Amino acid sequence: MFGIGMAYMGMLILLPMAALAIRTAQLSPQEFRRVLTSAETIAAFKVSFGQAFLAALFNTIVGLPVAWTLARYKFPGRKFLELWIDLPFALPTAVAGIAICGLYSPRGWIGACLEPLGVKVAYSVNGIFVALVFVGIPFVIRTLQPIIENLDTAEEEAAACLGASRFYTFRRVILPSLRPAILTGFSMAFARGLGEYGSVIFIAGNIPGESEILPLRIVHALESYDYDGAAILATAMLLVSFIMLAAINALQRKRP
Amino acid sequence: MKTRLLATIPLLLVFLVSCSDSTDKTPTLLNVSYDPTRELYKEINQAFAAQYGQPVHLEQSHGGSGKQARAVIDGLEADVVTLALGYDIDILSTQAKLLPADWQERLPEHSTPYYSTVVFLVRKGNPKGIHDWGDLVKEGVEVITPNPKTSGGARWNYLAAWAWADRQFNHDEANVIDYMKQLFRHVPVLDTGARGATLTFAQRAKGDVLLAWENEALLALRDYPKEEFEIVCPSISILAEPSVAIVDANVEKHGTQQLAKDYLDFLYTPAAQAICAKHFYRASRPQTIDASLLVPFKELTLVNIRDEFGGWAKAHAKHFASDALFDQIMKR
Repeated sequence: MFGIGMAYMGMLILLPMAALAIRTAQLSPQEFRRVLTSAETIAAFKVSFGQAFLAALFNTIVGLPVAWTLARYKFPGRKFLELWIDLPFALPTAVAGIAICGLYSPRGWIGACLEPLGVKVAYSVNGIFVALVFVGIPFVIRTLQPIIENLDTAEEEAAACLGASRFYTFRRVILPSLRPAILTGFSMAFARGLGEYGSVIFIAGNIPGESEILPLRIVHALESYDYDGAAILATAMLLVSFIMLAAINALQRKRP
Repeated sequence: MKTRLLATIPLLLVFLVSCSDSTDKTPTLLNVSYDPTRELYKEINQAFAAQYGQPVHLEQSHGGSGKQARAVIDGLEADVVTLALGYDIDILSTQAKLLPADWQERLPEHSTPYYSTVVFLVRKGNPKGIHDWGDLVKEGVEVITPNPKTSGGARWNYLAAWAWADRQFNHDEANVIDYMKQLFRHVPVLDTGARGATLTFAQRAKGDVLLAWENEALLALRDYPKEEFEIVCPSISILAEPSVAIVDANVEKHGTQQLAKDYLDFLYTPAAQAICAKHFYRASRPQTIDASLLVPFKELTLVNIRDEFGGWAKAHAKHFASDALFDQIMKR
């Protein structure tokens, strides 16, 4: 079993990463400087990591009550809703991007309402946020829901009997036991948001230095047959993601 | 759980179908093309198969031109390539030695059986009064064009604008670059491909003018009749040449040399030229087809990539390589 597991991991994850690492290791420091210090690359780093972080944060905050509802309440249409939650997993992200763009563009249902308020969603960084919220939400809900289902209600009842308010129970009894799942859900949504390409390119304006995400810069480099530039960007992105995910992981292990 | 199990049945079926291997020995030809030629080659393939004395399997693959070129370099065994720009075929020669460097002179008309050009698509009545390249940088005009980095088609847009500015400013490059900077400052959305840009302009009502290949613009006129657009032809534009070539290394491997040659030669026949015109590409041999098919195409002053820019290799290095002029122009 261990052998199969390791071989599988090696073939599917480590091999492509190793290929990337080898390719990048052969490049000169000047190349790195050329690619990584350009203003557009730095801006793309900020957009990609910033929006993925915000979207994951939003998903975690909104996902908790949704997961709670699905886990604790029985209501008509619950099964149907369950299926809907998984939709962003299966839907081609380009379809999601086009659909969201259709809603939020100046002539879309939502976009038309927001336009007079001066809020621009489609063709701006806000659009990236909306797209990433959409693709990230099932990760949070699907991580939290089984944990909430397995929570022992006796603990909550005990807290209530001892005179704790609902909020106090939530903060001191429920939240601590959900903490690891919340962090896992957050980091999965965050990681998903970082790598997302299909939906974002339809709704972001893709203007360099403004609303351009890192994966798109990698594609630009490839389209100009600049394989070195693409490899450097990919490696840099991988390193930063790795560090951030490791940090979240460490946070998860630490007992509060 | 039961529903989960049921859900796997279609997946299983898909798997089984994809496993069933056709074992017949009909010669097969793979044409690797770019995105908007899907319908064109569907019809060309039918016409070719109907007149070709023996049964053939014609397969087509579509995607962004640069992506398709990379797929062929990485092992997609195309017998022929029909891409949006010669540079993507040059790369097959320089980076992977799949065909000789002089490929473009092996077929008539620089291996361009059909061509197009860059025109403006504006909203009905042309409310912003856009008539030429200079009008694109007027106050309040929003221009929609895909990013030349990701879209082969958009490189022609960029070069057409450059060609106009080059004449306008008497070959003073600083002024030309300045114009290009202004132009791209009027671009609120840089889609990654031509179809995406058309969608943004036509369906999302974004922008005042779409820089489009003529065939895409004519398609938009046909497909969005209610939206009401019109086409404006600028004073000067570029001869956009989607090129075709046999991939020598692959046809030798497959033994499809003759079939590939017959297929590409077929593109120059009146039958195929008429199909090209029907799909709004300009036929490179217009005199061989019915004049009624030529009605949508206006007379235009067109410059070409060879005389104006010294060929694709030079144009790419100067404009589209990493940190070349386009990257400079986009810096704010």
